[in-house]
Amino acid sequence: MSESLETAVKTNPQGDPITSVAAAPKTEVKKDPHADAKKQRVVTPEHMFFEAPRTKEFITGSEAAKEAVRRANVDLAIAYPITPQSETMQLVGVLYGEGYVKEYYRGEEEIGVMAAIAGGSRAGVRCFTATAGPGTLRGLEGIASWPGHRLPAVAFFTCRVVNAPLAIQPDNIEISYLLNCGMVVFHAENQQDVFDFLLKGFTISEMNDVTLPVGVCCDGFFVTHARGYVRMPEKGIKLPPREAWRGAVPVLDAENPPARLSRDAPVQKSNFMAYNIHAVWQQEVWAAVERSRKYINQYMGGLCTAENVEGADAIIVASGSAAAQSREAVRLCTEKNIKVGLIKIRSLRPFPTQELRQLCKNAKLIVIPEFNYVGWLAKEVATAIYGHSKAKIIAGPHVYGGQSMPVELIVDEVESGLTGKKSTNVPLSAIMGTDVDQGSVSHFMQNI
Amino acid sequence: METTQKQDRIIVPGPAGFHPPSAAQLGVMLPDPGQGLMYGLLESNEEKVIEEIARKMLTSPNATIFPGPMVLWAWNEHAVEKAKAVLEIAAQIPDVLIIPMPDYRPKYPKIDPEEVINPNHPNLTIWGNKIEACIFIGVHCHYANLTLKMIRAGTNCCTSAICAEQGHEDAMLTIRDADHAKLRKVAKIFKRVREQMGLKLPDNGENVRFTGTQSKVYGGKTHTNPLEFMPIAGATAGAAAFGHKPEHMQSEG
Repeated sequence: MSESLETAVKTNPQGDPITSVAAAPKTEVKKDPHADAKKQRVVTPEHMFFEAPRTKEFITGSEAAKEAVRRANVDLAIAYPITPQSETMQLVGVLYGEGYVKEYYRGEEEIGVMAAIAGGSRAGVRCFTATAGPGTLRGLEGIASWPGHRLPAVAFFTCRVVNAPLAIQPDNIEISYLLNCGMVVFHAENQQDVFDFLLKGFTISEMNDVTLPVGVCCDGFFVTHARGYVRMPEKGIKLPPREAWRGAVPVLDAENPPARLSRDAPVQKSNFMAYNIHAVWQQEVWAAVERSRKYINQYMGGLCTAENVEGADAIIVASGSAAAQSREAVRLCTEKNIKVGLIKIRSLRPFPTQELRQLCKNAKLIVIPEFNYVGWLAKEVATAIYGHSKAKIIAGPHVYGGQSMPVELIVDEVESGLTGKKSTNVPLSAIMGTDVDQGSVSHFMQNI
Repeated sequence: METTQKQDRIIVPGPAGFHPPSAAQLGVMLPDPGQGLMYGLLESNEEKVIEEIARKMLTSPNATIFPGPMVLWAWNEHAVEKAKAVLEIAAQIPDVLIIPMPDYRPKYPKIDPEEVINPNHPNLTIWGNKIEACIFIGVHCHYANLTLKMIRAGTNCCTSAICAEQGHEDAMLTIRDADHAKLRKVAKIFKRVREQMGLKLPDNGENVRFTGTQSKVYGGKTHTNPLEFMPIAGATAGAAAFGHKPEHMQSEG
């Protein structure tokens, strides 16, 4: 009985009592969370884009955006959550914690975010934000004022439906609102495009003769939440910092007057000059959009890409996720011995007008699939090639409100357009251009 | 001699009309390094463009240099050197006017065209002084572009832009990458062209003509020697050099 109450003494294998004291609790060596960011070295844009070795990772579009921002030497990132963008700016917040982004905060809402991006850009720092759908439209007054004030910045638009009714599904109608702001607008097809367009967007945005915001759009969820292979240079390099003193406008100096005044004072006070100054101001913004062509060609390899267009009877013109669906449609058409080419539009502003006129001059049919109701890309294409191509232009198929786009829809439009066979999808589309067969337009209506 | 035929020219002295398209809308693109733009056409040898600027400035009524903020304010030593070079260019043009563009805010209620030019209503300064040739130097590109568009629309002035960046497509004549060394090269070419044309400078060196307002400031003098206005150094050419003290900043709130 008494034995069992004795305190057990721990011994070593030799039977000696263990007398050593317990090890002191580990004193953790505090690792500098910014250590890796501090080691980043500045490289030229040419090295970053073309020379640095790249490795492949399987990541989401949101993660691709994060990795672009990591290498972009961003000074200021401002977030406001909205699906499907929230993850992107949350990941940029992680970058702030790691020291890759110098300042980061959550705004009150999108009007405040876009105004603060304007302030940051005016003050001469490199700015980034992201939003989507209703957030884009809520911030649109601010966004539309960025080009007029010549504010370089990069904004990421992860497109979704615009309310109401409330929904968060994929739909890129918001791009149509961005097209006439005077900013440079790219449309990313996949995760790789997101990484490349964002990173290159910073460089193009800050060119002296451009000095404009760049909007990089992608189709929400399809790109932001899905994974794809992205080839990226190492994390240890970053773009040179913004040289704001080289911009087309002076930077606001917050320390000295007249910084407290608006740099661009109201121009409406004097009747004899009002129309003139605002008119040339708008011309200058769009001239700057034109000047960005040179840098888009230099850094992005062109405003559009063309696949199998030579000798094709039909050409599919698409941007964003519709380009990915169209590529598969081209494959299916090839199996059916239909000669179809694909033009992928990368840059919506500036628009590849001359390129399309050249590429489409001999086409018989142009099909333009889109993830929106209004068919903004079809209108752009029809305007660009009017008088330069005799092709029948089919504005469709269209899907919207969160619908996916089965490739068979695109194939059907190509087949029916070339053969005259009645398409079951005509009501989804609008036929534009010459050689319009009203019979095919009314076919579906008659069969409802 | 001019290398381009007149009928090929795209950007020429106006008035181009009520609201003409911008040069970019007309397809004019900016020059690459070493090149210039002559009336909207690319000129591979920028010296030819400089020679044409010289000819216009030496032969047109009321030729004027418009220095902008980047050469009017002593931001740094480079700005001071550029300002000196601008005065050296001015020293080669008999009877030239110098009217500054010190900032970009509209002048209310009314601009004095003999005092300043402003990008919001530059046509008023051109009209007010009957200027038929001019050079812009040291103006931020956005505001230079506004100014050049408006002058082309509403006046008959032949505009030149000597730019530190990529040049200006809305100017009739433009060169790019103009640091102080290139500005001094411009002055040398102006001197050569002037001598070829047999134009002489006044013996007392006072070749810059004052506007009426400037003349009043200088006690009725009509001309001055631009080289007497050389800035001394960046460190002493700031606001303090003009008696502006820290307490003044406080009183400004």
